[in-house]
Amino acid sequence: MFSSDYISRLSRLIFQVITLAFVSLFLILPLCVIISESFGGGLKAYLNAISHPDTLLALGLTFLAVIVTLPLNVLFGIVAAWALTKYEFRGKSLLSALIDLPFAVPPVIAGFILILYLGKHGVFGSLLEKFDLNIIFSTPAIVIATLFVTIPFVARELIPLMQEQGTEEEQAAVSLGASTLQTFFYVTLPNIKWALLYGIILTVARSMGEFGAVSVLSGHIRGKTVTLPLHIEILYNEYNFTAAFAVSSLLMLLALLTLIAKEFFFWKLNSGGSVHQVQEDTVPGDPAS
Amino acid sequence: MKKTGSQNHFLPGFGLSLGFTLVYLSLLVLVPLSLLSFRALSLDGTLYRDIFQDPRTLAAFKLTFASSFIAAGLNLIFGFIVAWTLVRFPFPGCSFIDALIDLPFALPTAVSGIALTSLYVRSGMVGRYLDIFGIQVAFAPLGVVVALSFISLPFVIRSLQPALKDIEREYEEAAISLGASPISVFFAVIFPAIRPALLTGFSLAFARALGEYGSVVFISGNMPMKTEIISLLIAGRMEQFDYDGATALAAVTLLASFMILLSIHLIQWHYSRKIQPRS
Amino acid sequence: MGGLKILLTLTLLLCSGCGQFFSDRAPAVEIMNVSYDPTREFYRDYNAWFTENYCEGSGESVRVLQSHGSSGKQARFVIDGLEAHVVTLALAYDIDAISSKTGKLPPDWQTRLPHGSAPYTSTIVFLVRSGNPKNIQDWGDLIKVGVEVITPNPLTSGGARWNYLAAWGYALLQALDEDQLSRLSEDDPLLQEAEEKAFAFLSALFRNVPVLDSGARGATTTFARRGIGDVLITWENEALLALKSLPQERLEIVTPSVSILTEPTVSLVDEVIDKRHTRDVAQAYLEGLYSPEGQALAARHYFRPREMQHASPEDRDKFPELHLFTLEEFFGDWQKAHEKHFSPAGCFNRLYAMRYANQEK
Repeated sequence: MFSSDYISRLSRLIFQVITLAFVSLFLILPLCVIISESFGGGLKAYLNAISHPDTLLALGLTFLAVIVTLPLNVLFGIVAAWALTKYEFRGKSLLSALIDLPFAVPPVIAGFILILYLGKHGVFGSLLEKFDLNIIFSTPAIVIATLFVTIPFVARELIPLMQEQGTEEEQAAVSLGASTLQTFFYVTLPNIKWALLYGIILTVARSMGEFGAVSVLSGHIRGKTVTLPLHIEILYNEYNFTAAFAVSSLLMLLALLTLIAKEFFFWKLNSGGSVHQVQEDTVPGDPAS
Repeated sequence: MKKTGSQNHFLPGFGLSLGFTLVYLSLLVLVPLSLLSFRALSLDGTLYRDIFQDPRTLAAFKLTFASSFIAAGLNLIFGFIVAWTLVRFPFPGCSFIDALIDLPFALPTAVSGIALTSLYVRSGMVGRYLDIFGIQVAFAPLGVVVALSFISLPFVIRSLQPALKDIEREYEEAAISLGASPISVFFAVIFPAIRPALLTGFSLAFARALGEYGSVVFISGNMPMKTEIISLLIAGRMEQFDYDGATALAAVTLLASFMILLSIHLIQWHYSRKIQPRS
Repeated sequence: MGGLKILLTLTLLLCSGCGQFFSDRAPAVEIMNVSYDPTREFYRDYNAWFTENYCEGSGESVRVLQSHGSSGKQARFVIDGLEAHVVTLALAYDIDAISSKTGKLPPDWQTRLPHGSAPYTSTIVFLVRSGNPKNIQDWGDLIKVGVEVITPNPLTSGGARWNYLAAWGYALLQALDEDQLSRLSEDDPLLQEAEEKAFAFLSALFRNVPVLDSGARGATTTFARRGIGDVLITWENEALLALKSLPQERLEIVTPSVSILTEPTVSLVDEVIDKRHTRDVAQAYLEGLYSPEGQALAARHYFRPREMQHASPEDRDKFPELHLFTLEEFFGDWQKAHEKHFSPAGCFNRLYAMRYANQEK
């Protein structure tokens, strides 16, 4: 018995050490670089950089992209997951693979495809020209690119979970006379809310940080179509390293804020005590404590 | 509410939800993608021949696929260790690390690239020590692997965590108390249980790594034949107004990455078929 | 209610962003200048001067939108529909591409303004570390063993193509004199021999290159901040700007004996200005570049003005005399240069293919 206890302790230690070493080398060090560089010019330079009008404009545009993208892709994610898990039909696995497709498209190619799609020489080019509409190189283009790259995230989180849960509860509700919407809000949603929340966090994080596709489509018009990641690139190219890293740390902060918000919700519900079980079983991203 | 033939459709809303899914996907994904394939198919065949004859392009293909494969593989190993520690051996500060895992996801890739480059360059914090052993990371193929591992790390860990939580501890404990070594426990008990999650994590990480551009251009050094990736070649073709060349390259890349993802899907399907009848 | 607070802060931040978005009410006329990376600082000042000057002259208020990026990418934006009223790009090749792919501007655009539509020029020089430890004086020193050279990747950087062509021109001049070069026909054995020598020179040069960044600014950062390499090949205006922006890195400029005259060109985009009725403003905007003030501003931002007498005396001292050749003299035009050197079958690709083929043997 001593030996197995010894082994388990040793393996525990080894695992913890490797994890700590790996995480600090791979995640914490790059973070430290960003933070130390962004405060390289002192606190004042940092505050100047993040309160610069161009930064605020970029921040506004990034938020706009997130705010338009999020509800659309959440709606899509829920509906797609519902269709794929609550019914049986032909071509189901094909549809499931299609949802993952945007994920396998490199951002640069995604941008290129959207240019073919919406650009002057694209399919709708002549139509858009007739009405003097410019989608490409304007805010809508940035929103569409963001939509494209974040399509799979909510659905991806929901599908395995809803698959596992089956349809019995929903069927019971319907047979008791509940409408579809009632069924969804009172039966399905409570079961999937954690996975949904995680999907939302991923979507927000990804849409704030998207660079490749947006860069191909933006047109780089200063103050108009520059998102935060593009603004960082501009600052870096102007040898304004401190400001570039300061704005990056702002993005980092936003990402951390969403993660902290997630922890906060867990903690709050945990202290309520009632949903402990649900959380343990269904949340992909929460710590096991 | 629409009744379709199958008896599975107890629940209302099938037509609506499927219809919405299809329309949304078609507008945003299918139509644009089929445009690309249409354009790619109407190109002159010699363009494709040139791609496979140009040593620079071939080298870029080799590098992109090999380094994505290695990065995804490395992430499987380290991702497993990190996920296992987070699930089984929590320690103070664990939840902070858990929160950090998503960070590569939220950082613009260019920022990750710049930060990694300043760490791994010859005079950098880490590169300085690696240089003693003659290991060059930044501006070498190894740098590409490092950048790709960084950006694809969350996918593996996030796929593994729920699967690891589901494993019943009793089986392992029973196996260990019966005298099995930890390694044989891993292969007999743990590995089969997390195989689907490993495959998913691997394919997600691999797909993400294949398309990565922003971070790699900073750390790789973009040397022709040595550290140029496919996305750079595509971007370069576009900037030189060679749209046909860019389309052909993009089509070949997409096809290859779809094939690989499809085969991973098939492997997964194969295993799930094997397991289901037993349970 | 921490969550609410966070939400509130986020909303406020958003509002502040959006507020600025909409509070900037559009002035009477708006034109967009699509330019390339190194001109950011110059056009910031020039636009300020122009808006003030134009407003005084005509009473019309004007606002200039700026877009910067790598030259090829910017041209592609315009081709794909970015509404540029004027383009001010690094190479005539990029503006030619807009003309030939879209017809938004006539093919003879280069004849519409003086000096081939290039109001300011620059050249290719070297940036070395303080004290010039490797004693780099001319192109020939770049191929010495143990010298590390930094230049961007010609695939994605227009500046890198100038660098490459400058080195090629130097190598040609080592074998032949200028008179011969303009006289000899393309298949003359003498010229072919010289080109073989140039190819060998470029091969040796790129053997000394450890990093090819994707853009000119990236290359400067790699050289100056990361301390990689002994010499950076770059535009003169970029080198001068780097000296000013990165004083802590202690760099020096070395001007070679001979180099290429780089001519960033400007043009109206006729289709857009006709649709938006902004031809007068756009025309005045470009002509202003040739005015004494425009020329002086260009000189202040390290571009060589066409009319050197307008530059202030201290700016004039920044530009040493050297033997400059033009692209047309040695390479015909951009189309030819591109085909011969940077296309998939071009010399640059061959250079790397041969290097690795030799290594494998």
